[in-house]
Amino acid sequence: MEYDCIVIGGGPAGLAAAIEAKDNGADKTCIIERDRELGGILNQCIHNGFGLHEFKEELTGPEYAYRFIEEVLKRDIDVYLNTMVMDISKDKEVVALGDRGLMNFKAKSIVLAMGCRERTAGAIGVKGFRPSGVYNAGMAQRLINMEGYLVGKEVVIYGSGDIGLIMARRMTLEGAKVKAVVEIMPHSSGLNRNIHQCLNDFDIPLLLSHKVAEIHGKNRVEGVTIAEVDNKFNEIEGTREYISCDTLLLSVGLIPENELSQKAEVSLDPRTKGAFVDSNMQTEIPGIFSCGNVLHVHDIVDFVTRESRIAGKNAARFARGELNNKKYVDVYPGDKLIYVLPQKIALDDENGALICFRSRKIYRNPIVKIYTEDKVLKEKKYKIIVPSEMIQIPLKNDVIKNINGSIRVDIEGEEND
Amino acid sequence: MYDCLIIGAGVVGAATARELSKYDLKIAVLEKGTEVCQGTSKSNSAIVHGGYDATHGSLKAKLNVRGEKLFETLSKELNIPFDKCGSLVLAFNEEDEKKLQELYENGLKNGVEGLKIIDKDEILMMEPHVSKEVTKALYCSEAGIVCPFNATFAFIENAMDNGVELFLDEKVIEIEKNDDAILVRTEKGSEFQTKILINSAGLYSDEIASLAGDTEFTVKPRRGEYRILDKKVSDIVKHVIFTTPTKAGKGILVSPTVHGNIIVGPTSDPVEDKEDTRTTDSGISKVDEVARKLVPELALNETIRLFSGLRASISQGDFLIYESKNIKGMINLGGIDSPGLASSPAIAEEVRDFVSRHLDLVEKKNFIKERKAIPHFNDLSDVEKEEILKKNPNYKRIICRCEMITEGEIIEAIHRNAGARTVDGIKRRVRPGSGRCQGGFCGPRILEILSRELGIPVEEVLKEGQGSNIVIGRTKGVL
Repeated sequence: MEYDCIVIGGGPAGLAAAIEAKDNGADKTCIIERDRELGGILNQCIHNGFGLHEFKEELTGPEYAYRFIEEVLKRDIDVYLNTMVMDISKDKEVVALGDRGLMNFKAKSIVLAMGCRERTAGAIGVKGFRPSGVYNAGMAQRLINMEGYLVGKEVVIYGSGDIGLIMARRMTLEGAKVKAVVEIMPHSSGLNRNIHQCLNDFDIPLLLSHKVAEIHGKNRVEGVTIAEVDNKFNEIEGTREYISCDTLLLSVGLIPENELSQKAEVSLDPRTKGAFVDSNMQTEIPGIFSCGNVLHVHDIVDFVTRESRIAGKNAARFARGELNNKKYVDVYPGDKLIYVLPQKIALDDENGALICFRSRKIYRNPIVKIYTEDKVLKEKKYKIIVPSEMIQIPLKNDVIKNINGSIRVDIEGEEND
Repeated sequence: MYDCLIIGAGVVGAATARELSKYDLKIAVLEKGTEVCQGTSKSNSAIVHGGYDATHGSLKAKLNVRGEKLFETLSKELNIPFDKCGSLVLAFNEEDEKKLQELYENGLKNGVEGLKIIDKDEILMMEPHVSKEVTKALYCSEAGIVCPFNATFAFIENAMDNGVELFLDEKVIEIEKNDDAILVRTEKGSEFQTKILINSAGLYSDEIASLAGDTEFTVKPRRGEYRILDKKVSDIVKHVIFTTPTKAGKGILVSPTVHGNIIVGPTSDPVEDKEDTRTTDSGISKVDEVARKLVPELALNETIRLFSGLRASISQGDFLIYESKNIKGMINLGGIDSPGLASSPAIAEEVRDFVSRHLDLVEKKNFIKERKAIPHFNDLSDVEKEEILKKNPNYKRIICRCEMITEGEIIEAIHRNAGARTVDGIKRRVRPGSGRCQGGFCGPRILEILSRELGIPVEEVLKEGQGSNIVIGRTKGVL
């Protein structure tokens, strides 16, 4: 089967990209989704708070997803559910397995929108036994919210990522006792509003600079030993403490799922663990685009939508043979940033660029400056910038079209941890 | 009345069942766990050792060398994942080199083929990522890697294809001899009568022996801790890379697995409790320290799982295979620690010889020699894929996206002889949950499939042992 644009993944990124691709002239567009319905991870996020930027109202995850699913259904976009992409090549051939058996596709452009996966207990090296009752927070969320099963009654949550915080509240509302949220960093890795609405409002303690040192229980979790850590994350002697519980939820980070991207020889940035992209969200393989959590982990779905529209629109332009940028400059993160996206900007493209970054530390009243050499192209003031909240700044083409050197993005301001 | 009753369905019990199933005998296997392969057999280095390091003249030396040869044949007959990738013992100084020479000579005496001491250049040609500090190595072309789970499953499955019965959740608590039979009672109250009783209870073999009044050995478990690394870093080594061994054991190794991961470990620390399979800070640091010495660039940060297993070590240091002093017709298999996996088919032959001294062994006419593994969809050719899809639509649905496992494979793992009963049982047979997401995505689907195929509520699906239920009830149902 031949398509102008194939979108791999039917979560928020894939939905927005497919709609935008279709609307921009990729007449034959399809979405390949491995799960049994569209919507991706939003389907299990039944709490509200989605859509504040996009729709200026607070929606639940499924509601937010449905706004886009409706738009997909209105258009003539093919949707393959229960279909797993087994292989893709840089020539944009796709092999998938699904209800119709093995399928071979060929596309003019591809949008990679496969999302991310959760880091596991093994990956972070939690010691002790390996009983039942240790769940990644997202898996527990799916079991509770979509399948209707309770995973435990007395809970410790390791990691203060947003899913962990949301699950602290969710488990409490289901009648479980959440005894603590344990975070190894000196600050939370979740959104500030989630700390307030999910922990403080339910008197759930957040133990910063603590780690789970050991899991107890041979068949089912019986408890965990926690310990305080110093600023190098080494355990401080004499601080071990036992908490009895039957469940340990892990919310210790998300990793873009790029195994498929690598089959297409898309190169990855070790900082984001996602593809290197230009300002059109095009990877280093022409005609292959990447957006959403497979590109870098987001905390707000509205930002995923915004980024994915760029990918979808440009995938359509590529399919039509209208994406022919020649003049690029590189973009580098300053010392105070963990990463910046895109890694390259097309100067000869009227669409400009959407700069995204995360800070290393907390900054109060900082100014973000976008430089080329010593010249400031754009600056923006913030009340606070924290590592857990990604920043997006649009950069108009007028500002950059005449520059020659590379671009650097950094924060000016005092660290405040 | 059974002719032979085997206590313990680890790799040794299973290999024994398969060996004895060649003969016209009524055989049963009793296993205390919820599934076969739940003790030492499920957590070890997954190596078929060459046999050069077991002291010449010991039972370990004899059975390791014989077992390795048998594995070659058995892996073909029973479709067991086995790769004779060869091993290297690395030396870093003169003292190590002296030890290598001893190993080499000991190996020759043991009858190990394919041994060679090689120098630095050759080592680095074979394994460019091992430490440049290496001076010499002992290469053994006969050593290999195996899937210990699927070896055990293949043995028991084929044994059952040949009429062997398996009883799970049966913990033996009493052994008695009357005039013409051995009587075995279990905690659940079942009673079995047999002519021959085989004690292959691994970590618990001393306790089973003592039920018969045999007190010749005591199992002092030694714990080994490991890391499993992501497949994406599997190019780092192609052979089993050992440190020079010490008295405590073969030492820590870095090795590919038959599934394409890297395994690093084990430690060797005595523990009191036969279920104490904890991982510890000190154990894993020890593993890391040696692993970095062997392969400095090893990406330990690409770990997907830490685990540990216990070896059924005894003070005698050698396998202790002998007829019970108190109960004629009972054989104890004591001290089956490393190289127990490699030796398992040879131990089975020892047991067969023992049985032949008590019973007349008549070969079965219709013995089914071969067994086919569950096909892994993703490894099939395009033609084979189309064929299997036509026959069975369950192969259309990918359940485990990390390892690309289809629903068809999982359903087959449940419905085969000695099939999977638990989430871990599925994982060990066909690997969903063994990948980098560790079951984060496929976990809920596996629960659903197990519940549907076994006809039990989701709440009763176990991770592994009794009490290891994954979910505890319906939401709102517990309020």
